[in-house]
Parts: sequence; structure tokens; C-alpha cells
Amino acid sequence: MEVTRLTKKRIAEYLLQGKRFDGRTAQEFRDITITLGASNMAEGSATVKLGKTEVIAGVKMNVGTPYPNEEESGTMSVGMELLPLSSNRYEAGPPKFDATEIGRLIDRGLRDSGMIDFKKLCIKVGEKVWMINIDIYSINDDGNLLDAAGIAAIAALRSAKMPKYDETTGRVQFGEWTDNALPLDLSVMPINVTFHKIGDKFLVDPSAIEEDSSDSRMAIGLSEYQGKVMINSIQKSESAEMSINEVEQVLDMAEEAFKNLKIKVEKALKEKK
Amino acid sequence: MSYIKRFDGRKFNEARKMTAEVGVIPNADGSAKFSFGDTIAIAAVYGPKTLHPQHMQNPQTGILRCTYDMLSFSVSERKKPGINRRSQEIGKIIEWALSPTLDLEEFPNTVVDVHVMIIQANASTRCAGINAASMALAQAGVPMKDLVSSISIGKLDKQLVVDVSKEEEDYKEGEGATDMAMSFLSNSDTLVALQLDGKIQPNTLKEAIKLGKEATKEIHALQVKALKDFMEKKQ
Amino acid sequence: MAYEQRQNYEREEPQSQDMGSDIDHDKKRSIAIPGEIIKTGKEYLPGDGTRREGDDIVASRFGLQDEYNRFIRVIPLSGVYIPRRGNLVIGKVLDITFNGWIIDVGGPYSAFLMINEYPKYIESDDLDSYIAIGDLVLCKILRTKRKGLDLTMKSRGLGKIDDGMIVQINSNKVPRVIGKEGSMINLIKDATKCDITVGQNGIIWIKGASVSEELKAKEIISFVVERSYVSGLTEEVKKYVAEMNK
Repeated sequence: MEVTRLTKKRIAEYLLQGKRFDGRTAQEFRDITITLGASNMAEGSATVKLGKTEVIAGVKMNVGTPYPNEEESGTMSVGMELLPLSSNRYEAGPPKFDATEIGRLIDRGLRDSGMIDFKKLCIKVGEKVWMINIDIYSINDDGNLLDAAGIAAIAALRSAKMPKYDETTGRVQFGEWTDNALPLDLSVMPINVTFHKIGDKFLVDPSAIEEDSSDSRMAIGLSEYQGKVMINSIQKSESAEMSINEVEQVLDMAEEAFKNLKIKVEKALKEKK
Repeated sequence: MSYIKRFDGRKFNEARKMTAEVGVIPNADGSAKFSFGDTIAIAAVYGPKTLHPQHMQNPQTGILRCTYDMLSFSVSERKKPGINRRSQEIGKIIEWALSPTLDLEEFPNTVVDVHVMIIQANASTRCAGINAASMALAQAGVPMKDLVSSISIGKLDKQLVVDVSKEEEDYKEGEGATDMAMSFLSNSDTLVALQLDGKIQPNTLKEAIKLGKEATKEIHALQVKALKDFMEKKQ
Repeated sequence: MAYEQRQNYEREEPQSQDMGSDIDHDKKRSIAIPGEIIKTGKEYLPGDGTRREGDDIVASRFGLQDEYNRFIRVIPLSGVYIPRRGNLVIGKVLDITFNGWIIDVGGPYSAFLMINEYPKYIESDDLDSYIAIGDLVLCKILRTKRKGLDLTMKSRGLGKIDDGMIVQINSNKVPRVIGKEGSMINLIKDATKCDITVGQNGIIWIKGASVSEELKAKEIISFVVERSYVSGLTEEVKKYVAEMNK
């Protein structure tokens, strides 16, 4: 059943008292579980569980021609699929707006953070470069697919191995891998934190019911650069307005949330190695 | 050159290591995961629910609708996301394999949606999908005559084998590879689906079917255990 | 068997969905798997979730086996809500037509509350001033038809839900949450001092003196739902409640 006015009201009232239906505080993320190697045909893959929300991401690589204005850089494309099996709200077909938005936000976060050294993915300037394809799918949607998808993408990239490449034929040997990781800056860790406004309060990592009850949301992509927390992207969605004061509040909370989340993700990645 | 030793060392009537788990997608009315060795399939069931648009409704009974797809990275060369012709065909095949066991007269004008997704592919994906879907339908409380258990039987040159792997699918020696995907109702001698590709004599096919029925006993036992484990665990 | 015919047939046997009052939940039961023989013998009768094949009673649904008089049936613990006449349900208003409200109560069919099933006389252009889209209502199922359910609000206690909170559980767990003759739900009400109304469709309405009380009730309900298979659950819940109150 879709969320009712009563539930929205209740969630807002509870939030005023600092409470949420599942006992979390407004700034708390649900438990994160990361499983690497979820799909052994991928160059790298991972499933991420954020509470009951589950997503799976996979990295596939191929070789191709670079973009004309970036002749010495590899290329990347990120896509998100909202699968019908993950919720009764998604029907099969081309990606709807939500899916495209998620894919693009994660793409921007990864690019702008500098996590991937695209120059190192060049094989021959102007002619041949590595192309990275990251595909993320929803397996169970209990809210906050965007943040979960972002973590899954990082986990898949970090655990990925470069496929074998035959220089003479100029083709990738699919299904065979080197021991080399992708050219990544491991200190960077781009993480997306989405804030939702319900009533007068903000919360992070909404469950599906909270997500349906939110009046507006702001997705903030953050990462670390030379020891400092940086904002790489901001996307404010829905049409409700936010005061400047509220925006400042959110930015403060974002830095805090990023630091906590980074620790959680690093820990989960270490455990699964 | 006849096929005397299997590429992965298995006995001819030996299936790969199989796993089954029920309740893997909390949002779904029923869901399950099934694997044959490296091939992993998950299935989710939503329904029975009212079918829209109205003109597609059947006033005598609910209908079954199946989709099949593969993750882009489930195969060695990336598959572009989205349902292609092959996916559509296999979706129909899964529907034909599951329909005989369902009794949807109790739910006129409704649809039961079954979504199968391949997480990792090493042949026998539709069989894994059917096995998963069968458990998912049970969990969803859809009235069923029986569980459906599915397996692939191959003939490599003249040798019959149980549970065909990708390498075996590509076998080219002698009579090449004949791939037979078969699905049975577990508690009776009923074949609900058979798909065949290759070259096989009628008598050998009869043998293959017997082999398949025998092999699905192990699958059925796993499906039953997965359902029981699900019932007993904290949900 | 056609939908309506099934409704008549079921009147001969205990209604497993009705208030959970006839089921002894603490009894240990075997699991029923579709296609498996539950019992053999001409003296047994096929109840809900089973069918007869020769001398055998075979399971048609996944759930727990149950024997009641000579009826063999399967008690489902998962799957969609199967609506039955007389069920108390809580639903959300999806749309308003010229003569009533379309309501989502879960399950395979949509539900309709006709204007003359509203507790008092109202004009048809006034509908949304009484119950608007997005509102929650407590109703009873008047009749089940091929394409949907007819609801009524004309009994005591039925009406719009304006406060409190709702919790959604799988409808098949409702008998467990209610308990034999209401034993479990009363336990929860006493422990939390909340008013709790359980819709047969799995929507539960909780109204407490404060947020904390309501959340406490929600937690205990989750505890029960997660352990619906366990026998001796009543004792476990009592212990859980005692721990909570420390």
C-alpha cells in the first residue's frame, strides 16, 4: 500500500522528537553489508545491502576509441536499472527518469572525485583506450537506492581486475584476467549522501516509507581531497523549497555523514576482501 | 572422438553443486535463488494482483506472466541491459513450463508476475530460473499442483550427460552437442516442458528423459529443504 | 473452482482467516509443500489449500499442515491477502468516483466503498469532504465479486482513521498476532496501553498515549511476526515484554 497522509504526518511528528519507526536517529545509516565477487564473469562486482535495500553492481571493460576532445583518456559509462523484481512499482522497459538520474549522479561523483585515473586507461593516444561500463541493478528497494548504488559502484571498481588484452589482435580476452587492479586513487572514496526533508526535519538513508513521505530531497556527492572533505556534486530534487539556513544545516550534516559512512564502507570492504 | 571425460571431471550423471534459497527479495510476494555450479538465477513473484489494462484480463482465471533477463555482467562479454529477443523467448518458455502446475481459477482478472534474473551465467540458465521461480511461486502462496524441477540433459557426440555447462554446450566433435532443457512435476511422472537443440535419435531421447527425471529428484529435495528452512528461520 | 463457488464451499469448514480464534498457535505443526501427500484415507476431507487425489489429501499451497475434525488444510504463512466476506480491513483511498471511494486494501482486488455504505446520508458531490484521497479508513468487506470487493462502513467502530500510526505485516501472520481468542493482541495492548485494531489484510492501527508507546507496540508486533512458525511463542513474547519494561 502506498504511504498515507496519516503515516507522513506521523513520521514528521516522530522526527520532531528525534525518533524514526525503526529506532534510528535522523543521521543514522542502516547496517551496511558489502559482498564482493557477486558475479564471477564481471571484471569486478559487488552486492550492497543497506538495511533491506539491496543493489548489485558490476564492472565490465572493453577497448574502443577515445572521445575526440579527450584523446588520452579512457571512458566510463554508468547505468542504473530499476528492476521489476525489486518492487511492485517498477515495470519492465527503458529506464525511467529515476534510474537515469541515479546513473548520472553516480557517474558525476566518480568522475569529479578523481577516483579513476583515466589517463592510465589509455592504450594508444587518439586510437585505443579502455572503456569502463558500470551497471547497477536494484534487487530489493526499501528506500535510498541512490546511496546504496554509489557504494556498490565503488566496491565493484575497487575489487575489479583488468582483463587480459591481446596487443597483436587489439582485442580483449573476455573471461581471462590479469592480477592488476584498475588505476584508482583509493584515498578518494566518492560517497553519495541523500538528505530528505520530512516536515521540518532532515534525515538520511530513508526506508521506503520515509522516502515516500519526503517533501524534498538533496543528493550530495562527497569525497576526500588532500585530507579535506569535498563536495563533488549536488542535486536538489522535488519542488519543495529550502531556506538558506536549511541548506547550511544540510551541508554541515553532509560532512559528518560522509565521515561516518566512509569509515563504515572501508570497514565493510576490508572484511570482505 | 567420443566424449569420455567431462571437462570439469564430473560423472556423466552428476549435476554441478546446486544451492537453493527462499525469500531473498523481501518486497516480493515470493522469491528464491537457485544455482547449478556457476550459474545463479533469482526469481521474484508479485501477485496475484489485478491486471491492467482491463482488456487483457481473463474473467475465468488469473494469468501468468514471466520475464527473463540477464545482468549485463553475468556473461563474459557484456550484454547490453534490457530485454532482447532471446530474453523474450525464454520468458515465454518459462511461462509454459510453470503454467501447467498453477491453478489460477480462484483469481479471475488477475495476473501473477514472475521475474527471473540471471546473476551469473554458465549454461542452464533457464533451468535455474524455473527452479527458482517454482519456489518463489510456492512462497507467494499461489495454488500449485506441484513444484516444478528443471534440468538440462546434454548429448555430447553419443554420450548423455546431466547438467550441461557452457563448455559442453559448445562441444563440436562427432555429433556435436545436443542440449535438452526439461522440466518435470516433482511428485508425478509429468513432463511440463522440453526444449531440444541438436541431433538425437528417438530412443536416445527417451533415455535422456528418464535420466532427466532421475536427476530432478535431487533438485526437488533441495527446493523442499529451502522452503522448509525459510519457514523455520526468522523472517 | 470459480471464485464465488469457493466462497460457498468454505462455509462448511472453519475459517482459518477469521480472527485466528480457532487455531492453537502453540501446537507444533508440519510444513506442507505443494504436491506432497499430507494424509491418506477416504475419511478425510480436503480443506483450504488442499485437494483430493484418489485416497490422498495433497497440499496445493505452501504453509503449515492442520487437521480439524476431519478437515485437512494448509495454513499459509506467506503470500498475498485473500479477502473474505466479513473481514475487517484497513485501506487507503485511491480515488473518488461519482458514487463512492476506491480503496486499496492490498490483495488481488481493489475495493469499493459505495456512497450508501457510508454511515450517514451524504450528497454525491460532497464525497471528498468526508473522506479524501490519501485518507485511511477502517471498513468491513460486505461482499466479494469477480472484479473486486464491496466494503461497508456501517458498523460500530468503523470509519476514517485520523490519528495513531499504522504498521503493515503479511496478512497471513494476522491470526498469529491476534492469537487464540485474542490472547496475543491483548497481551500487546496491556503491555503498551495502546488501542490496537488489526485489519485482516495485514494493516494494523495503533493508537497510544505517546510516540514511545506506539513504537513499542510496533516492536512487539515485529517480534511476533518474525517468529510466527515458533511454537510456545506466547511465553517468549511475555519474556520479551518483561525485558522491554526493565
